[in-house]
Amino acid sequence: MHTKTLAQLARDLKARKLSSEELTRSYLARIERFNPQLNAFITVLQEEALVAARAADARIKRGDVGVLTGVPLAHKDIFCTAGVKTSCGSKMLDNFVSPYDATVVERLRQAGMVLLGKTNMDEFAMGSSNETSFYGPVKNPWDPTRVPGGSSGGSAAAVAARLAPAATGTDTGGSIRQPAALTGLTGIKPTYGRVSRYGIIAFASSLDQAGVITYTAEDAALLLGAMAGFDPRDSTSVDRPVPDYTAALEHPLKGLRIGLPKEFFDQGLDGRVGAAVHAALTIYKKLGAEVRDISLPNFWLSVPTYYVVAPAECSSNLSRFDGVRFGHRCESPVDLLDLYTRSRGEGFGAEVKRRIMTGTYVLSAGYYDAYYLKAQKTRTLIRQDFIAAFENVDVIMGPATPTPAFGLGEKTEDPITMYLNDIYANGVNLAGLPGISIPMGFVDKLPVGLQIIGNYFDEARLLCAAHQYQRETDWHGQIPKGFQ
Amino acid sequence: MSLTSDEVRSIARLARLAISDQDIPRYADNLSRILDFVAQLDKAETASVAPMAHPLDMSQQLRADVVTETNQRELFQKNAPQVEAGLYLVPKVIE
Repeated sequence: MHTKTLAQLARDLKARKLSSEELTRSYLARIERFNPQLNAFITVLQEEALVAARAADARIKRGDVGVLTGVPLAHKDIFCTAGVKTSCGSKMLDNFVSPYDATVVERLRQAGMVLLGKTNMDEFAMGSSNETSFYGPVKNPWDPTRVPGGSSGGSAAAVAARLAPAATGTDTGGSIRQPAALTGLTGIKPTYGRVSRYGIIAFASSLDQAGVITYTAEDAALLLGAMAGFDPRDSTSVDRPVPDYTAALEHPLKGLRIGLPKEFFDQGLDGRVGAAVHAALTIYKKLGAEVRDISLPNFWLSVPTYYVVAPAECSSNLSRFDGVRFGHRCESPVDLLDLYTRSRGEGFGAEVKRRIMTGTYVLSAGYYDAYYLKAQKTRTLIRQDFIAAFENVDVIMGPATPTPAFGLGEKTEDPITMYLNDIYANGVNLAGLPGISIPMGFVDKLPVGLQIIGNYFDEARLLCAAHQYQRETDWHGQIPKGFQ
Repeated sequence: MSLTSDEVRSIARLARLAISDQDIPRYADNLSRILDFVAQLDKAETASVAPMAHPLDMSQQLRADVVTETNQRELFQKNAPQVEAGLYLVPKVIE
């Protein structure tokens, strides 16, 4: 049953071809068997999952059933989960048991979904390889010597290895789309404000957005439909109706205008990844879409802008970790300053410290205008490019990442090399747009992803474009060796 | 641009991060590289560009000024390193 998609499992549960308990047991057994080699989970909720599964079975028996009732999933360990350790991949929160549920966790629980566990991630979602986690790196199921991407690396590895039929993620600068691309999965980052950020441990509040990593666009449509929507507890949540994403999947693509930014195909892109994008476009043309060359002239500003804005917001958000009310506290502090500095020095890893210090520097007196204000202006330029492009096209397509998955340890020395891995992702967050990555083939036997970027609140069109492609191809149906 | 060890110590102090002396050179190198990288922004012409505050140009939502949360101090303090009689304990601040 683990080779089925989430949508197929949901149908089987509803038709009572299998029970949630059976299904949950099967995934828990796979986690027990495979997690030691992948390190995809930080916490496995063996007993809690079975209790939830039995409750779901009782609901199904009563006929009190929603589309997702009884379907298991995993949450990235950035989502606060009541009564469950929520570490955010950090030593700082190794001892933190969340007293409440994030809105996403609450909504999916109410939908009757069964939580299998919490997945590994880069510390505080800062990283593109899952190597900054306090709990150790996650291995890519397609090749254990390679990274699964990050920061939602545990979610991606768990779904790719069929240890969970879907997992949540968060995407501040590519953290859903990049790991989905590197593990052969579908990963969607919705429009900023579409999904509530309440209870998601904040990294960069103007960029953070929650989404899902799944096998198919159909799976993503089901989950997003249950997660999205206004939440009064998130002041940046948008009060706007959630369309029926599943119904939208079947819209024909005839006449779809696809923009192809020439800047996405410049130096830095592995030519074989570029060729895979062009092969995917051939299929879209066959489906009746029209491809137009476009330009995003300020694209080159996106990574440097991101590495001012995101660290600035992170330095502010992470100031709450002070060793006083929750989280790590150092031994025998001599005074309050010593308590703060040592608790933070010990609790945070190197990448988080780099980002906090970068953010502190760019916000400090005398540098604010040169860095932070400048980056807020270049952010406007980046957004304007996208807005102009969407006057002539419906979606923008390109590679999700410049290369397939890289080796563990390969990019840990120089932070800039690591940062450039999200070159096609960062701008989408800066503009607040939705983006999806879907499997589009293999390079060196490793999966690569096609990124589709949409206009604001156009998730339905992205999911439809992804779904129509997935009807014509089977890249999304491939399972890594050893996990079939 | 190249940050000195003293500049890194000063940033770490502002950020309330204890960094050991042996780690300072590595942070100096990393942070200098990051600042060099983001210095590319200088090449962008932004004299007439407004800074972007929100991706959707939304203003802050307001809610009615009514009590919506209940007091859950005991529950929240379960995560605290040190509490006594409902208070969070820290080293002595005032002599």
